Amino acid sequence: MVKVLFKDHAGREQSVEAATGVSVMQAAVSNGVSGIDADCGGSCSCATCHVYVDEAWLDKLAAIDPNEDAMLGLSSDRRENSRLCCQITLSAELDGLSVTTPEFQF
Amino acid sequence: MSDTPATSELDRRPESKWSMVGKDPYAMPIDKIDLAHPGIWQENEFLPFLKRLREEAPVHYCAESATGPYWSVMKYKDIMTVDTSPHIYSSEPTIGIVDSFEEFTVPSFISMDPPKHDEQRRVVQGVVAPSNLKSLEGLIRQRAAAILDDLPIGEEFDWVERVSIELTTQMLATLFDFPFEDRHKLTFWSDAATAIPGGGIISSNEERWEAMQDCLATFTRLWNERVNAEPGNDDLISMLSHGEATKNMPPMEYLGNILLLIVGGNDTTRNSITGGVLALNQFPEEYDKLRADHSLIPNMVSEIIRWQTPLAYMRRTAKVDTELNGQKIKKGEKVIMWYASGNQDDEVIENPERMIVDRPNARQHLSFGFGLHRCMGNRLAEMQLRIVWEEIMNRFDKIEVVGEPERIYSSFVKGYSTMFVILHPKAS
Ligand code: HEM
Ligand code: FES
Repeated sequence: MVKVLFKDHAGREQSVEAATGVSVMQAAVSNGVSGIDADCGGSCSCATCHVYVDEAWLDKLAAIDPNEDAMLGLSSDRRENSRLCCQITLSAELDGLSVTTPEFQF
Repeated sequence: MSDTPATSELDRRPESKWSMVGKDPYAMPIDKIDLAHPGIWQENEFLPFLKRLREEAPVHYCAESATGPYWSVMKYKDIMTVDTSPHIYSSEPTIGIVDSFEEFTVPSFISMDPPKHDEQRRVVQGVVAPSNLKSLEGLIRQRAAAILDDLPIGEEFDWVERVSIELTTQMLATLFDFPFEDRHKLTFWSDAATAIPGGGIISSNEERWEAMQDCLATFTRLWNERVNAEPGNDDLISMLSHGEATKNMPPMEYLGNILLLIVGGNDTTRNSITGGVLALNQFPEEYDKLRADHSLIPNMVSEIIRWQTPLAYMRRTAKVDTELNGQKIKKGEKVIMWYASGNQDDEVIENPERMIVDRPNARQHLSFGFGLHRCMGNRLAEMQLRIVWEEIMNRFDKIEVVGEPERIYSSFVKGYSTMFVILHPKAS
């Protein structure tokens, strides 16, 4: 099990534990983290699982693939550290990962 | 276009050889099923046809139709595949089933592929982004309240005309900062852009073209007024006229984007407002749940949008030879994603024919599409519906539907032209 810390736009925090191999989106949804809608159920085709990844963790993540990049383009609130968290798979290396949910999902 | 018969063959003559109205879907050869013909949609007979195809021919070829040959994609998962594979299934030249509509409408990013689609969409999407909508919520609530307060109590009236149309039209006028007293033109242009000649709104394609010209002239005038104003106004026309990627748009492209927003934002939301009332009348125990707990409204809104599926389909065109769920699709063939069927697919959605206000995972429906073309106005639509329902539940114990609503003659826009109701106020 690894830990993931979710912060929302207002600074409220929730720490959850999840198994390696599941996505950050699944970790959020199965632990009732609010602020993530995941309308497409994790197939990178809705952009409603948008998070800002804390800088310290950015280079530990697999690179953004072109599809995720294009879907992130649908959000008007995209930043440098934006990711769709259904595309981040938890591994031991990501234990302690910290992400912030945007005020609004697309 | 040479390979497609005139759209007038889609007329509603009951003796039309294409009509399936009144026929038993299980008694005809399966290859004769032609979902594109509007009759069964207007008569509300489409569900068993969708069901048979989902079960027996989930990727179905219709060789003979007034719209020309096309593939129908019926299952949720296959629709998802098509919607998220723009490199195989193109949105060009058009997302309507009849190619020749293209000659009478105009280009817009809903019928473009990347990279042009992405560039154009990026310029306008900000205006309907949720962060922008927050500031509109108060005004929408005010306008909704005024419309509802004005309604007659205890006597029959047409909910479509008095509420659904009025609300969405006012909303659009707000978005464009359109002259408020002329707002009904927006409704007419929206209806005319998608209507089938002879279906009641317009009588010919020439009439459609005249309406579009009038629309273009009006919006060109507004553009000219606003293009010289200081940037920073957040109405849509100002945003388009100042945006880097759109400010040099050819007139037809401008018209296309405007129409896209009018059509996208108009009858879809309108028919969801009407459909919600109808669904609660068909499922009274759901109405009871809602009366007992108004906090179910946001979830119910998603469920209404699924249940109604305001746009029955989107079309793609195969860019290459490909295979889908065992069927070989050739380059150039039309592929129709029937959202109206995917949203009834019981492999993904339990008891799909029921509208269930507290359905789990209600957001996971197909009505907004998925992928790069996913509905740009989905948050706006949800917000409008949430506000309307909050205001309705504060006022009325029941909106009682009397008689059958009249449905629109279209296999694309799934909606209502009239629905008579009687209002019962809350006991106070
Ligand atoms: C319940 C209401 C609505 C429904 C059911 C709906 C449905 C859809 C669907 C099915 C698509 C195509 C998705 C695809 O091809 O994958 C779409 C696209 C679009 N919708 Fe909506 N819509 C609604 C409300 C709105 C509103 C209020 C607006 C106004 C801003 C709007 C603007 C658009 C635009 C601009 C597109 C094109 C997006 C693109 O091609 O990138 N829609 N909508
Ligand atoms: S859940 Fe839809 S993109 Fe991640």
